[in-house]
Parts: sequence; C-alpha cells; structure tokens
Amino acid sequence: MLVVIEQCLNGLQVGLLLFLLAAGLTLVFGIMDLVNLAHGSLYMMGAYFAATFVAWTGSFVFGILLALGATLILGIVLELIALRPLYGRDHLDHVLATFGLILFFNDAVRLIWGPEGRSLQLPPWLSFAVQILPGVYYPMYRLSIILVSLAVAAFLYVLVMRTRIGMLIRAGASNREMIGALGINIKLLFTLIFGLGATLAGLAGLMQAPILTVQIGMGENILILAFVVIVIGGIGSIRGAFLAAIFVGVIDTLGRAFLPDLLRMVLSQTAASTAAPAISSMLIYLLMAIVLVVRPEGLFPAHGR
Amino acid sequence: MTLSFNARCLVFGVVIAGLALLPLYVQLTGDRFMLTLFTRVVILALAAVSLNLILGYGGMMSFGHAAYLGIGGYAVGILAHEGIGSGFIQWPVALAVSALFALVIGALSLRTRGVYFIMITLAFAQMAYYIASGLERYGGDDGLTIYKRSDFAGLINLNNRTHFYYLCLACLFAGMYLVWRLVNSRFGMAIRGIRSNERRMRAIGFPAYRYRLACFVIAGTLCGLAGALLANHNDFVSPATMYWTQSGDLMVMVILGGMGTLFGPLVGTIVLLVLEQLLSQVTEFSGLIIGPLLMLIVLFARGGIDGLLTRLRA
Amino acid sequence: MTEPLLQVEGLTKRFGGILASDGVSLSVAPGELHAIIGPNGAGKTTLIGQLSGELSSNAGRVRFGGADITALPAHRRCALGLARSFQITSLFLDFTAHCNVAMAVQARAGHSFRFWKPAQSDPALRDPALAALATVGLADRADLLVSKLSHGEHRQLEIAMALATQPRMLLLDEPMAGLGPEESARVVALLRSLKGKLGILLIEHDMEAVFALADRISVLVYGRVIASGLPDEIRANEEVRRAYLGEQHVVCAR
Repeated sequence: MLVVIEQCLNGLQVGLLLFLLAAGLTLVFGIMDLVNLAHGSLYMMGAYFAATFVAWTGSFVFGILLALGATLILGIVLELIALRPLYGRDHLDHVLATFGLILFFNDAVRLIWGPEGRSLQLPPWLSFAVQILPGVYYPMYRLSIILVSLAVAAFLYVLVMRTRIGMLIRAGASNREMIGALGINIKLLFTLIFGLGATLAGLAGLMQAPILTVQIGMGENILILAFVVIVIGGIGSIRGAFLAAIFVGVIDTLGRAFLPDLLRMVLSQTAASTAAPAISSMLIYLLMAIVLVVRPEGLFPAHGR
Repeated sequence: MTLSFNARCLVFGVVIAGLALLPLYVQLTGDRFMLTLFTRVVILALAAVSLNLILGYGGMMSFGHAAYLGIGGYAVGILAHEGIGSGFIQWPVALAVSALFALVIGALSLRTRGVYFIMITLAFAQMAYYIASGLERYGGDDGLTIYKRSDFAGLINLNNRTHFYYLCLACLFAGMYLVWRLVNSRFGMAIRGIRSNERRMRAIGFPAYRYRLACFVIAGTLCGLAGALLANHNDFVSPATMYWTQSGDLMVMVILGGMGTLFGPLVGTIVLLVLEQLLSQVTEFSGLIIGPLLMLIVLFARGGIDGLLTRLRA
Repeated sequence: MTEPLLQVEGLTKRFGGILASDGVSLSVAPGELHAIIGPNGAGKTTLIGQLSGELSSNAGRVRFGGADITALPAHRRCALGLARSFQITSLFLDFTAHCNVAMAVQARAGHSFRFWKPAQSDPALRDPALAALATVGLADRADLLVSKLSHGEHRQLEIAMALATQPRMLLLDEPMAGLGPEESARVVALLRSLKGKLGILLIEHDMEAVFALADRISVLVYGRVIASGLPDEIRANEEVRRAYLGEQHVVCAR
C-alpha cells in the first residue's frame, strides 16, 4: 500500500515535469504557430546550466536561480536570432530548422561540457524524507518538485485567465492577425511568450537534474513524451496538457512499477519477464493510439480553435 | 516532364553514370572504402526515395520513417538468428512486416494533420525503438549481429561486395522507376491532388484518407526493403537505426535534394552523406556545422538542389 | 407529381450560441434552377456546406434523388451526383486548368487505385475534361497553370470542375461574385444552357441574373427561409422587400 502511494506521488511528479514541458510547447505553438523541436534542448540546457552554476557558486539555490535566468536569456537570444525568420512559414520549415538546432545544441554541449554528462548533488537541507501521512515517508526533494510545479501551474492559470497578457495569449491563439491589427507589439509578445516557454522547459530540466539525469540527448527523449501528452490532452489546450500530463505520468510510473508483477500473476515467469519491460515502455504509446482512435482531437481540446 | 538539355539533366546524368561505374573506379584504385560508403549511400537513397513519395508528393510530414529501416532490418536479423537464412523468405517477410506496421501506424496517424501528424509519427517511431531495445533475446540495446548474409541459393552472392552494390543500385533504380510510374498514374494524381487541395478533392468525390493510407503503406514497404539491404550491408541491426535522428536525416536528404522531384532524394542523400563523411574527418562536432546549414537551407534554398539547378538554367 | 431532386427538411445548424440555419426547408425539382438570395450573413454558405456534406447539421434531413443523404460525407454525395462550386475558389493552383478538370473526371471514373498507366496523357480523362472546359468557355486556356488565370476564369473553372463530375445537381455558391459585366453575362448564358438538364441551386447577390434565370426563389434571412416561390411573387413580397430587396445596401443591424 505504501509502495502504491509512493509510486503515485512519483507519477505525479513525473507528470508535472511533463506538464511544464508540454505547456511551453503548447503556448509557443498555439500563439506563434511555431513547431519547436528544440524545446527539448532548452530542457537540457536548464539541467546543464544548473549543474554548472551550482558547482561554481557552491550554493544550490543561487545556482538554480542563475540557471533559470540563463535559460531565459538563451531562449530569448534563440528567438531573436534563429526563430524570427521562421514565422509564417510552413511547419515543415520549422521542423527542419529546429531539427538543425537540436543537432547544433547537442554538439555544442558536447564541445563545452564533454560527452559524459554531469551530476548535480542535492544539498543536505533537501535530502531527507518527509512524513506526509502516518507511516508514509516521501523524499523532500521530490515533494518540492511537486509543490513548485503546482505553483507554476497555478501561476500559468492566473496568467492566462486573469491578466491582460493572458487575454492577448488567448486571443492570439484563436486569431493571430487580429492581435496585430489591434496595435499590440507582436514581436515583443512573441519574444516574451517564447521566453516563458523556454523558462518552463529549463525549470523542468533543472528540477529533475539531481534525481534523474544531465546528459546529451535527454531533451529529445522527454520531448517525445511531451508530444504524446499534447496529443492525448488535446491540441492547444493548457488545461488538457495538465490533465493529460498527470495522467501519462501516473500511468507510466505505475505501469513500470507494477506491470511486471501483475503480468507474473497471469503469465508464466519467462513470458512475464520478456513482455513486461516491452509493454511498460509501450504503455504510453498504446494510450495515445487508443485516444487517436476514439477521439482524434484529444481528450480535452481547447474550444474555438 | 520536359527533358530539354540543361544543368539538371547534366548533373543527374553524371550522378547515374558515376554510380554505375563506381565499382570500376574501386577496382582501379583499390579504394574499398568508397564502395562501402556508396553502398550505404545507395541504400539510404532508396529510403529517401520512399520518404519522398509521402513527403514530397503526398505532403505527409512523417518524422518516423526510419522505423521501417529498422523493421525491415530486424525482420532479416531475427530470422537469421533463428536459423532461417534464405533471402527468399527473409526479404518478403521484411516487406510484409513493414507493410503491416505502416498500415497500423498510418491508419492511426493519418487521422491527424500537420504538426500533430509529425508528433505522432515521431512517437510511434520511438515506440518501435523502445520495443527493439527491449528485445533481450535479439540483442536489445546492443543490437543483433547477422553472421550470414541473406542466402539467395546461388542466384547472387551477397558477400561479394561488388555484386551486393549492384543489387542495391538495381533496387534503387527500380524503386525510383516505381515511384515515377506511381506519381504519374491515377493514384499519383489523386495523392498530389490531396496534397494540393484536400478540400477540393473531397468536394469532387475522393475519399482522401484511403489514398493517403495506401501511399503511406507503399512508402513504408519500400523503406522496409532498404532496411533489409542495410542489415545485410552492416551485418548488424540495432535499435539505433530507428532513432528519431535517423528519421530527421532522411527528411533532410529529401528536402536538401528537392522535395517532390524524381532525382532530388538521390542527390540529397549523396550530398548529405558525403558531407557528413568529410566533416567527420575534419571535426568531431559536425552538428555545429550541419545545424546552421539546415537553417540556411530552410531560409534560402527551400527547393533544394533540384531547385537551385532549375534556377541556374533560367 | 415528380419527386423533387433535392429535398431539404428543417435543416438546423448551430455554432455555439449562433443559429446559422434555423429549420431551413426547400426543394429543387429536376432541371429546375432554384435561386437563394438574402443579405450577407444570412447563412447561405453554411447551408451549402450542409448540403454538400462538409458541415454536419444539428437537425433536419436532406434527401437527394429520393435517398436520405443526411449522414453521408462530402465525397459520397459527389459520387451520387451532387456537385458544388466554392464561394472562395478552391482549385489546384500548381496544376493546369486541364489537369484540374481532369482530376474531377478521374474522381467520377471509379476508384483511383491504378498505379501504372500515366494519367496525364490518358484520353479517357483528357477528353471529357476538355469538353467541360469548352462548355464554360475556357478551352483555349486549358494548358495554363491555374495560378496564371484571372479571377473570373477561376470561377469558370470551378463550374467546369463541377460539371466534369457528371452531376445531377449543382450547388453554386456566388459564381458571379467579383466578375465584370461581360464575364457575368457569359456565366448567365452558361447557366441558362444548363437549366433543364441539371437541377441547380444558385446562391447569388446579382439580382439581374437571379431574376433572369430562376424558376423559383427562396429568401434566406438570419438562417430562416422567409419566403419561397416564383420570381414575381418574391418581387412583390412586402417582407422580402423590407428585409432585402429595398434595403439591399443596408446591412441588417444585429
């Protein structure tokens, strides 16, 4: 029972990280109509920056804040130099150009940081377990990931639903030309939105750094999961991305944790041990396939697209 | 398709002649590496030709086409591992399995459009990658060595590098000819019409989904053949063949050469692979060059090399 | 009493809170030219969208040639003989006019799972296409890329494509919009020649053309048919004059 709760929380944590990534992608695609495959690279850069700055400054908090800032700046620079010329072009152009960016980033990281990857140590004041329920302990750091992500999700909700910028975001998502006609500085808006998306990606990257990985190519693996989340959640919908990300995170984590045992109850030992890892990794894609068959527009699509 | 004498025809003629005469050059200079390199070029060109069918002519932006390279390869590898070495069984199985996968993945993915189609094909290709990585029995992550090339019972010996090269070249030319007939047939016109204006096609009575799916399956099958060839060439098959960057490479080959043209994929493959080869001798970090290069191509040379050559004549 | 070729009963379409079609009912007899007029925003294009199968309706039925086609998708309706032209022209811009129409001929010629024989030189496709182009007066422009044709020629091409599918009925959405007087006259002459052979549902703003051609007229305002009958009846109808004919230049305030 304790294991189930722990795994559920792990799933929640994974899901929330996915949400941060998917939200950034949805924002950028929804407002700017930009397909950014290099979103995963920003996730990777967040992790690398964090590992480096924490090592330099010796302070976990300070290093993380610097890393966040650096990712934001990187995102803005990227938008100004590499992505501006792509607006209004065919999506295929976006795919190709940002694919080129991925190749560039991966090799740039390999040049600067070397091929081995990095590690980021948790400071002692985060490396303990918290009693969340009687008899149930959960690592503090993972708990703080959940809390920070929920706070960011709440912030995004307030931003999109309650502020003027949010109104522009929602308006832009349904009618791009109109917000230009209204005299809003589109270029500035796009830069800000992209910067926001980049920061979200970088945040996700640096938060998972101490517990998962800091290595080349990490961005692409999770990017594809973020795509699956967007497909399941629904096109252009941040709310859909939130729900789908939690859903995907929990299913994936619980699947990997319990499917082998479940299968062992039903199948023979050998069959279970060969099938289990294959099915666990496929589970999410099977889910996506089912959603595609039943509701191709996603489970919670945005209205009025 | 007018065939007036111009820069395009000249370049393509030279390319065809060069490919046909390559083994002669290798014989004279003893440069075996060129034969290995260009066998790989020819095989991947076949894959690019198949992608061009759905991407260039069909307008379907599939970012998971390399999955079929892997599927075809694994069909050969797994059968070889289980003791079935005959090419007469392996290769038809490779084609059939590729077709089946393309049918299932296409049937699901083609319910979406544009960027979602890209995401989904990418996701399914990664799924294939993960499945292959999980096949412990067949090498998993490390891949599967193929100890004996496909046996064609004396008809052709695939271990003879020159014969194998000519077989690959024949498959490439056959594939290109097939695609050429296909895109000019009624089926091809339907596909091109759907790409040009799907709404119009529906209004005049074409059920677009059906034709797209058929096109997708044909392309997947053709790529499966390339996969079988590649597995024999490398004497090895691994999940890495299906990794998404390989799909991206295939897309680059098609677009670099000229999307929706007959010779574009071939020229694009040659240029990209030769470029990668040259760069890898100069630097370890070829991504630093190829990345921005792709950006430049997108911004300034969207019609690819074919487009440049056509402009040259004007 | 002949069965109407097209029978529309109580067609209703909602977009969120907006009622675009409010229980629209009308019928078109075989060979009849039935015009639909009404102010902008009355829901005319929405109606055509539902009839052609592009839009699904919230309620109502559509019968074509006696069969209930309400649930059929667009491509199936065309196969049954219901062809449409688009208000904003929708053509294959990178192909020639001849190829455009040949595509429509091909659609009619059974399935297109033929993978070998070249289609662009196939007389079974080329000849009927050329004939359709000749009917609309574009035969001499056949080999030009559509992107090089004028707006008026695009409209003629739209009609040619509709004709090439061997329809029993045409749904024409403002075929004369944006045409000069000479081109309009040509379209009017064409439609007059087609009357009697095909059923035609014509949406138009050009009142001269409408009253010259129509066998019957229906007036659509705010998604409802407020009047339907012979041209003279419509011309004399008070409500119609108020809503549309007299105050034609005034856009109805919402």
